[in-house]
Parts: sequence; C-alpha cells; structure tokens
Amino acid sequence: MASSKPAKTAYALLLPTWLVLGVFFLLPLAMMLIVSGGQRGLYGGVQPVADLGAYLRSGAWLGNYARSCEWMFARIGWRSLWLAALTTLLCLAVAFPMAYFIALRAPRRWKSVLLGLVVIPFWTSFLIRTYAWMFILRSEGLLNQALIGLGVIDRPLALLYTQLAVAVGLVYGELPFMILPLYAALEKLDRSLLEAAADLGAGGAARLLHVTVPLTLPGVAAGIVLVFIPSLGQFIVSDLLGGARTMLIGNLVQNQFAVARNQPFGAALAFELTAAVLLLLLAYALYARRCGEDALP
Amino acid sequence: MTPGRDGSRLALAAHTLLVYLFLYLPIAVLAVFSFNSAQQTAVWRGFTLEWYRQLLHDDLLGQAVRNSLVVGGLATLASTVLGTAAALGLGRRELRGRRASHALLLLPVILPEVVLGAALLTFFGAIALRLSLLTVVIAHVVFSVSYVAIVVRARLAGLDPSLEEAARDLGASAWESFRRITLPLALPGIVASALLVFTLSIDDYVVTSFVAGAGATTLPLHIYSMLKVGVTPEINAVSTLLLAVTILLIALAQGLLQRPAARPREGRR
Repeated sequence: MASSKPAKTAYALLLPTWLVLGVFFLLPLAMMLIVSGGQRGLYGGVQPVADLGAYLRSGAWLGNYARSCEWMFARIGWRSLWLAALTTLLCLAVAFPMAYFIALRAPRRWKSVLLGLVVIPFWTSFLIRTYAWMFILRSEGLLNQALIGLGVIDRPLALLYTQLAVAVGLVYGELPFMILPLYAALEKLDRSLLEAAADLGAGGAARLLHVTVPLTLPGVAAGIVLVFIPSLGQFIVSDLLGGARTMLIGNLVQNQFAVARNQPFGAALAFELTAAVLLLLLAYALYARRCGEDALP
Repeated sequence: MTPGRDGSRLALAAHTLLVYLFLYLPIAVLAVFSFNSAQQTAVWRGFTLEWYRQLLHDDLLGQAVRNSLVVGGLATLASTVLGTAAALGLGRRELRGRRASHALLLLPVILPEVVLGAALLTFFGAIALRLSLLTVVIAHVVFSVSYVAIVVRARLAGLDPSLEEAARDLGASAWESFRRITLPLALPGIVASALLVFTLSIDDYVVTSFVAGAGATTLPLHIYSMLKVGVTPEINAVSTLLLAVTILLIALAQGLLQRPAARPREGRR
C-alpha cells in the first residue's frame, strides 16, 4: 500500500515518532546506562565524579554490576529465571491443548468468538486480575473459606505470599500470550499432511509427535518468548502475591529507585534485565531466521 | 471420523472449557463479591450496593478517575496521531531505515515496564522536570505509539493497493486519494487502536508508579494504595467497574478490527 507515496512524505511521517521515541525512550535508556556506572550520592542522587578518566580507569564504574553478583541479589535473579521458566512451561502445557482444540477441532463459526474470549481478559487491568487472586488465595479469601466450609481443612492454608501464588498469578496473566501464537501456528497447519500420515498408518499420537508438533514449533517458540520475557520482568504479581519473600528482579529495581534511593544500582539491575531480554530476543530472531520467514505465525 | 477422534475431541473441549473458567472465574468472583454485604470475609452474606455507594463519596477516588481520564485522553490522542503517521510512513517498502523503525517501535513493548519506568525517572530527574500528570502522559505516549503503529500498519497492509492507484490514475492528488480512499478504509483500525491504547493507559500501573508526582495519582495507583492498606469490598467494587468499562471498550475495538476492509479480490481464496 502507498507505493506511490514519495520517500520524502514517508520520512516526514516517520519523523515525529522517531523524535518522540528518540527523546523520551532512547535518550532515557542511554542516560540510565550512564547512571549505572555511577555511585549513589549522599542524598540519593548520583555522586558527581571529579576525575572521569581516573574513575573509568579504576574500574569503579563496574561497581554496581559487581555488587549485583553478590548472592543476596543474584538469588533474586535466579529466582526470577526459575519462576519465568516454570510459568512458561505451565502455560505451554495448558495452552497447547486449548489452541489445538480451537484451531483444529472447534466448529468453524465459533472460532472468532472463542479467540475473542481469550483476548478480552488480556487487555484488562493486570493489577485487577492479580488482585482477584489476592482475594481468592488469602487466609480469609474465597478458596480457604470454601475449603473450610466443605470441611476439607480446619485452619486456613497460607497460600498467599508464596512462590506458588506467584506462579499461579503469572500463568493467569500470561496464558493468552501463549494461546494466541500457538493458535496461529496450528491454524496454518496443512491438514493434508496429517491425512497423509494417517494414510501411511500413523496413529493419533504418532501424528501429533511427528507432524503436528514439529510444524508448530515456530509458534511454540514465539509463545515461549512472549511469556518468558514479561514473566522475567514482572513486578505486580510478585509484589501483590509474593510479598517480600518472593522478590523478583522487577521488584528489586523498583525498590532501589523508590525506597533505597540507589538509582545507580537500580539502573545496573535494570540493564542486566534488559540484557537478558535482548539476548532472548536475539536467540529467537536467529531461530526464526533458521525456520524461514514463512514458518512464523 | 474414528471413535478415538471423538473421544479426544471431547477431552480437548473439556480442557478448553476448564481454561476458560480459569480465565474468567477470578474476575467473576470479584464482581460477585463486590455486592457482598460481609465486610471482612469472602463468605456470601447478602446483596448490597453499599460499596458502590461509598465509591461515589470517595473524593480521592474521584480525583484519581479524573486524572486517569485526562492522561488517557491526551496520551491516546498523541499516540494515535503519531502511530498512524508512522504506520503510513512504513508503508513504503523501499524505505531506508524501515527495519530500524520496526525495531524501534517494538522495543517499548518488549522491554519490561520497570526498565521503561526507571529510565524515564532517571531522564526526568536529569532534565529537572518535576513529576506530574505531564510526565505520566509522556510515559504513556512512549509505550502507546508502538501499539497504534502496529495495529494500523496491519490494517493498512490488508488494504488493496490498487484502490489508491486507481484513484491516482483518475487524477486525484496524493492527499486527496489518501483522504478519500486510504483514510476511510483505515479508520476502523485507527479507532480500534485508539480504544486499545486508552484502555492500556487507564490500566497502567508500573510505569505510572515511577513517573507520577504527588497529586498525579491515577486510578491504578489509587487502587494499588487501597490494596496495600487491606483487602476491602470497595476494591472489589471499583475493580468491577474498571473491568466493565475496559471490557466494553475492548469488545468495541475487537468489533472494529474484525470488520474486513474492502477487498475486491476477496472471493478468490
């Protein structure tokens, strides 16, 4: 579309966005990168550096990054990675059969409705959806009241402020991000391949393992990326459902900026998170290129 | 259809139903219990509109809602204009810097919100811009432009290029053919993306929490502070209202996006 549009107009149309994103997105990131090499000032700002050359040569600018490797902070990173991985696996397990059903087994005229029902929750407030789980999982919450009422337990279970609660909240929030790419990949599946496999004597499980799954791997990869990254950088779920005991990187960054007032350290942590995200994206991009453009959902 | 296939179909359908229940029950529970007359527990005691009535008298809440609407309106306006322009500009395939533009537009969406919030806080501090509603609007525009550009771009890509070419052949200028052909066809996509970023704006917590100053409390920030004090039925009530509004807007946007653009070649599939 618009191939007749002269290049000058196209550049003019893109310029405002480049300006806004350049000034209010790229520039702040660059500033934060610089701040991450600094030290916390007395009153919370950044301590000015007298001799920049000496400062750089001494390696002090790596101080915050070195500090983040201390176990107290590194364990938060490992915990974030672990929870993100767990969430991704759970989402995959839950989403695949559902996406399979909607794409390949559901009546055709219901497909858009079924998909719409998946999409709607994911556009609503993440805060509220996470609060709903607070309401359900807390000691006086719905689940405990129901279990006590049914006589299953005598005293409320401590479900809130655990890793389990965070995992549940994460799966709940990220599930649509897994369902949609899987659906897109499954929908594009060439059914004649499945029929051919059946004609050659392959049973249901064999068809699934040797035809369906390999062909939908690009969708699986996309889903993994779309779930893992937000889970890694999560703030709300770990804050509301995890509490102080289940602090993740996102909470630590916020803590450094808002509470500890150590912007340089917080900035370093933020960039480590960013690096992890970008590495994952790079891996995905390389994988996608290997699959070939048309294989992507 | 072999018998085994029917059995597996049923199992898949049951699984799907359970997942839908999982997705919607928590929200439904919130809504139901916003009418519960019991204050502290999640045991149903009776129907009441008391919590909604209390919302009406909550001045802080009213201020937060007003702030959210102002921020949402301004951010939506700015990002829709910017994003639509970007989407139009990206239409030209041989454009240099097209890939870089795509990458630039994807970054605010992909990077974790805490990173974006922290970067903006650092930036505003460095240029000594006091935190206020303006800083919130700026932050919202930053992450919203991408969404508009992506949605409108997708919409434009689905349009038949021969329509605009035909208009040009018939003597229309570039501006005229844009105004009378492209724009009306792209409009559902533009409006839908505006609705989407508006809901993103009124729902946003993380980025806003970094860059909102005193007195710039938006609805999610207010709800969060309510949550930190303790779980109360008023939170259920305000959450239910916010959910209802959001779902309505999203359903509208979905409806707009699903309407197909005019495609003379649609019959051939």
